[in-house]
Amino acid sequence: MPIKSYLAHPHSGKKEQLIQALSSIEQCEIMPAQNKEVLILVTETENESEENLLKEKLETINSLKLLALVSGFNTPKNN
Amino acid sequence: MYTSQTNRRSFIKKMAMLSAMTAAATMFPGILFADQQEEGIPNSANLDWKKGPCRFCGVGCGILVGTENGKAVAVKGDPNSPVNKGLLCVKGYHQTMCIQSKDRLTHALVKKNGQYIKTPLNEALDIVANKMKETIEKHGKDAVAMYTSGQSTIPEGYVASKLMKGAIGTNNLDCNARLCMASAVAGFLTSFGADEPMGCYEDIEHADYFITWGNNMAEMHPVLFSRMLEQKSRRGAKIIDFATRTTRSSTASDTSILFEPQTDLAVANAICYEIINNGWVNRSFVEKHCNFSKGLTNMGYGLEDNYKFKDKPSTIDFEAYKKFLEDYTPEKVAKYSKVSVKDIKYLAAIYGDPNKKVVSYWCMGMNQHTRGTWMNNLVYNIHLLTGKISQPGNGPFSLTGQPSACGTAREVGTFTHKLPKGVVMNEKHRRLAAKIWKVPYERIPAKPTYHATEMFRAVDRGDIKFIWTQVTNPLVSLPKTSRYRPGMEKDSCFVVVSDVFPTPTSDVADVILPASWHIEKSGLYGNSERRTQHWDKMVEGPGETTPDAWMTIEVAKRMGYGDLFPYSEENHVEEIYNEYRQFHEGAKHGMAPLEVLKKESGVIWPYVDGKSTQWRFNAKYDPACSNGEDFHFYGKPDGKAVIWQRPYEPAPEVPDATYPFWLNTGRVIEHWHTGSMTRRIPVLHKAMPSAYAEFHPEDAKALGIRNGENIKIISRRGSCILPASINERGLPTKGQVFVPFFDENMMINDVTLDAFCPISKEPDYKKCAVKVEKA
Repeated sequence: MPIKSYLAHPHSGKKEQLIQALSSIEQCEIMPAQNKEVLILVTETENESEENLLKEKLETINSLKLLALVSGFNTPKNN
Repeated sequence: MYTSQTNRRSFIKKMAMLSAMTAAATMFPGILFADQQEEGIPNSANLDWKKGPCRFCGVGCGILVGTENGKAVAVKGDPNSPVNKGLLCVKGYHQTMCIQSKDRLTHALVKKNGQYIKTPLNEALDIVANKMKETIEKHGKDAVAMYTSGQSTIPEGYVASKLMKGAIGTNNLDCNARLCMASAVAGFLTSFGADEPMGCYEDIEHADYFITWGNNMAEMHPVLFSRMLEQKSRRGAKIIDFATRTTRSSTASDTSILFEPQTDLAVANAICYEIINNGWVNRSFVEKHCNFSKGLTNMGYGLEDNYKFKDKPSTIDFEAYKKFLEDYTPEKVAKYSKVSVKDIKYLAAIYGDPNKKVVSYWCMGMNQHTRGTWMNNLVYNIHLLTGKISQPGNGPFSLTGQPSACGTAREVGTFTHKLPKGVVMNEKHRRLAAKIWKVPYERIPAKPTYHATEMFRAVDRGDIKFIWTQVTNPLVSLPKTSRYRPGMEKDSCFVVVSDVFPTPTSDVADVILPASWHIEKSGLYGNSERRTQHWDKMVEGPGETTPDAWMTIEVAKRMGYGDLFPYSEENHVEEIYNEYRQFHEGAKHGMAPLEVLKKESGVIWPYVDGKSTQWRFNAKYDPACSNGEDFHFYGKPDGKAVIWQRPYEPAPEVPDATYPFWLNTGRVIEHWHTGSMTRRIPVLHKAMPSAYAEFHPEDAKALGIRNGENIKIISRRGSCILPASINERGLPTKGQVFVPFFDENMMINDVTLDAFCPISKEPDYKKCAVKVEKA
């Protein structure tokens, strides 16, 4: 049950699109910075394979310039 | 259980979020996350939002606390507050979480045979009052003392002052604000004759340059720093960080200039030299509005008990001042300050450019300084010489560390020398206090007694035999706790501690009184920009927790002073504030009526004809100006500010062959002061669980120290073991070690020196000599 947090950097002027794109993904929770071109992304998936699928999905988002991993936690499946 | 698993996952998600927020704050100092405001708010919540000021720093952000079924469940920034405009920092968002701490002090505890016994509050207050009375009868009124706080509310500070000075008749009252902004007070009084900044936070919207003097605003005043960064990106305002250590503020600034500790005195004089030498003096301003003075030099450092100093100012002329500055050419100063000639000239040119608006900000770097008053004077000199003062976007601005260091410590006057208006040394001021307090004028002593450091020395010597501390944790925050902790443990002094949580200070108490936390009582705070803010009680406190003001009143009544404290338990905050307002009537310091404060998100004093005064001493904005000129420094009898001749003098203890490093101490963004609240907020504690010692990488390499390795920092007074931190949060200059002081398990103040500024009596936590060993 991996939980990971990232700093998601949008392409210039694409912050709103990135917010919309990430908000539509079930495993993603976001917190946009109010005064900077960056947002925090926390992902929560069931297992590693779902995590990998999510990563692939994230890579297809056009408004996303860079995804920087900050922390990763793995909790027991039933937690 | 399913619930606990859910909670655990939710906690882990929160930790993941906080880790990312911390990382973001490192990369983007001043970054703010508005969504954080909504966190923790139940989806179906029908919350009652109540306004108040934040509990933590002196910025004084407005908060809205959401309560449901008598519990505080959410905090968000108050969008109506001109201070923070809806924004908050990471501490602000999480502040109410500490209330739930399991080790909360909920009942009075009285020490009997070495054990703390839960005792009804009424009985505990009887013990406190009886002990205070008995001590006065046996040893005289100067054998009892109170030590309060820049976090005490205005009513709490007021009744403490009234009890000690008006009822008992001793000036044995001082507060922890002595440790953080007494030098700013002494600086304002000596330069302008009136305390507190002349400008306000709106200066940020007007200034072209922000010059921060030894001030890590990105971590200590993040909301204001964020406002500065906004101006930087929106209209190209520039931030110049002048400091002894590279911090998050430095990396976010346009320019970072590092100086050797203590030489800020010389650099400030060098800037003045350049301003004069280049013809950048605003001559008409200086001629109309300034005098020149000098004071005594080689004052010492207060290292010995019962140290006394009184400055003897004498008038000088501009030519004498100019001659004095010849010792401070950029070339001469560069040699020992380690600031290049080019950088000194660069700073001077900014201040000297008549077309650029400049605000100088500072906090502990300049105030916690053995020449702190001088340092404050010197920055005022720069602004006075150039006439860049008391105008939107132009001015010197000392920030405070505590939420009511201004409102309570400075304005109510919980220092030994202060009264709610003026000082005890002034007969007129004593007469006014006696009249409002309805006590004989002779009862208020004309001489100050103990400032903070000397008060705890007196406890150690056995001269003070009863001390009551409120809202403060001196056995973590005082310098040289290696002396003052054993002093407080002695049987010769009866120790009463009012607090919300157990602390190393309450550990030595004979009686512990359970205090209400911030939103469990009504109150008023005053922030750095002279803004007074009121809040109503929002939730009930647990057990027998009681507001400090009410506990002081109850003790006063038990001591026989009930007629002086005729307040009701329900309305004492309002009744006390209305009494206190009488001290400040008039255009120079008028306080807003309570009904205005209840409605507004704070107002700035002087409050005259229903309006805040944003820029004092400027006739365009300040109705108290009466000399017919553009500016009127009415704090001084002749209406003129003073440009002070103050030299560079070295620190009392400098690195040598045995103790080769400077030790600098300070704070981190996650924790507030001694950590008694923020270390009980799980997300903040997890984000920064313990203190550390920052090294320059070259020093670490020379010492063979690896990141995270335990090291021992040793001074002539004590030692402290901490993990090393290399290239992490901050980067000290070579030859310097930095340690934050929030961690009571790593007592860096056992190591620090209790030297202080002879004028302000504020200790210097930023400079002493240490050696480092592997632990």
